[in-house]
Amino acid sequence: MEFQSCVKIINEWDIVAARQLGRNVAKELGFGTVDQARITTAISELARNIYLYAGQGSVSIEKLNINGKSGLKIIADDQGPGIEDIRRVMEDGYTTSGGLGAGLPGAKRLMDDFDIESIPGEGTKIIATKWLR
Amino acid sequence: MDIRENMEKKYHEALSTYLKDQNEQALYQGQKISRLHIKYNISPEEIISMHKNNLMELYPELPGKVLDSFDFLLEVMMGYGIAYREHQSLRHQQQELKTEIEIAANVQHTLLETEIPDIKALEIGAISVPARQMNGDYYHFVQDENERIGVGIADVIGKGIPAALCMSMIKYAMDSLPEHRHEPNSVLESLNRVVEHNVDPSMFITMFYGLYDPHDRLFSYASAGHEPGFYYDAATGTFSDLDAKGLLLGVDKKTRYRQYEKKVNRGDMIILLSDGVTECRTNDGFIEGKRLLVSLKRICICKPRKW
Ligand SMILES: Nc1ncnc2c1ncn2[C@@H]1O[C@H](COP(=O)(O)OP(=O)(O)O)[C@@H](O)[C@H]1O
Ligand SMILES: [Mg+2]
Repeated sequence: MEFQSCVKIINEWDIVAARQLGRNVAKELGFGTVDQARITTAISELARNIYLYAGQGSVSIEKLNINGKSGLKIIADDQGPGIEDIRRVMEDGYTTSGGLGAGLPGAKRLMDDFDIESIPGEGTKIIATKWLR
Repeated sequence: MDIRENMEKKYHEALSTYLKDQNEQALYQGQKISRLHIKYNISPEEIISMHKNNLMELYPELPGKVLDSFDFLLEVMMGYGIAYREHQSLRHQQQELKTEIEIAANVQHTLLETEIPDIKALEIGAISVPARQMNGDYYHFVQDENERIGVGIADVIGKGIPAALCMSMIKYAMDSLPEHRHEPNSVLESLNRVVEHNVDPSMFITMFYGLYDPHDRLFSYASAGHEPGFYYDAATGTFSDLDAKGLLLGVDKKTRYRQYEKKVNRGDMIILLSDGVTECRTNDGFIEGKRLLVSLKRICICKPRKW
């Protein structure tokens, strides 16, 4: 079993804990400061969405090592209302916050792989990966 | 050397030159670097990191706190980096849309093309200048086997792409009218049913349809709320409104249109237009119908008919 650790998102301070966890793992893996900032920003956005729209959920961080390539995987998981129209929310400029945050499209750009699974009424699971270059 | 390394080298050179001697020359280098960064998609957070690394190299004894402050700045700049990337992708999308609209405008142009009939008894001219890339105005001529000439002119209320799409529909509805149904009132009644049935309820179309029969020199016409045209009577040298009453197309599918008739004498002139003309802004405001008449009269006096 590969390294994995998890932060429960219940209140706003848990977003900070998730960021911290992500940063620590990113540092351990040898990501530079720019990539660390990208990873933590993506974690922040996903954790904040859980806090705002799902009420609660979790963010897990996984170390990856596939074919000699190492990477960091974020899994943001909740049992909230889900996202009706995924295509729509992935469009630039769609955010309800008026484009002030990175939003989901921003988080996607900060990472290398980005995948959303969401079932309305059941919840949302977002998996995002950054590879070490 | 890859682009990034090359950029880092350039940044290092320009920064150390500037720190040695604060002159405008080095700052100008900075501006050039800024352009290059944008060209090669280097984001603000990367520039800050580059800056910090350079400082560490140039001044190894710099206080740790100063260096730490750049990590904070980097975090603050993340949002700008994202906004920058979003801007890039929106720009790209906008470019694509523009290209698509250009193609659509060409397609529309071909679709709406109409041939101006050439018969001895009449002199006909037409011009349409789109307010935007896609035209919401439309005119069309048809000539039947009895040498009768039909002229339709329509305007969609609302401009832009939806209006233009709507026009293409009118054109196809006109093309599919049966040969014997070219009486102006029945043309408008058929089109009204098509529009009422097919077009978004928020969209209305004004239309004028006229039919000229060279055998009895009778011009019959009907209007669906269209901007009134003008009639020039050569015998008296006067203009009058070509008034016709009728509801816009698409309001009520049971609308009936009244047909009017006018005997056309040698040298007379019929002028049809869309409200694009009267809505057209000049330096002193909108062109009014009256002013338009004044200009028309001037043109008529200057250019006498050739007969
Ligand atoms: N975990 C989630 N559960 C339910 N809905 C979500 C979740 N994450 C995002 N959304 C929906 O997607 C929209 C877009 O999210 P995002 O791109 O982060 O922009 P913003 O949060 O600024 O609105 C949100 O407004 C919300 O409706
Ligand atoms: Mg959000």
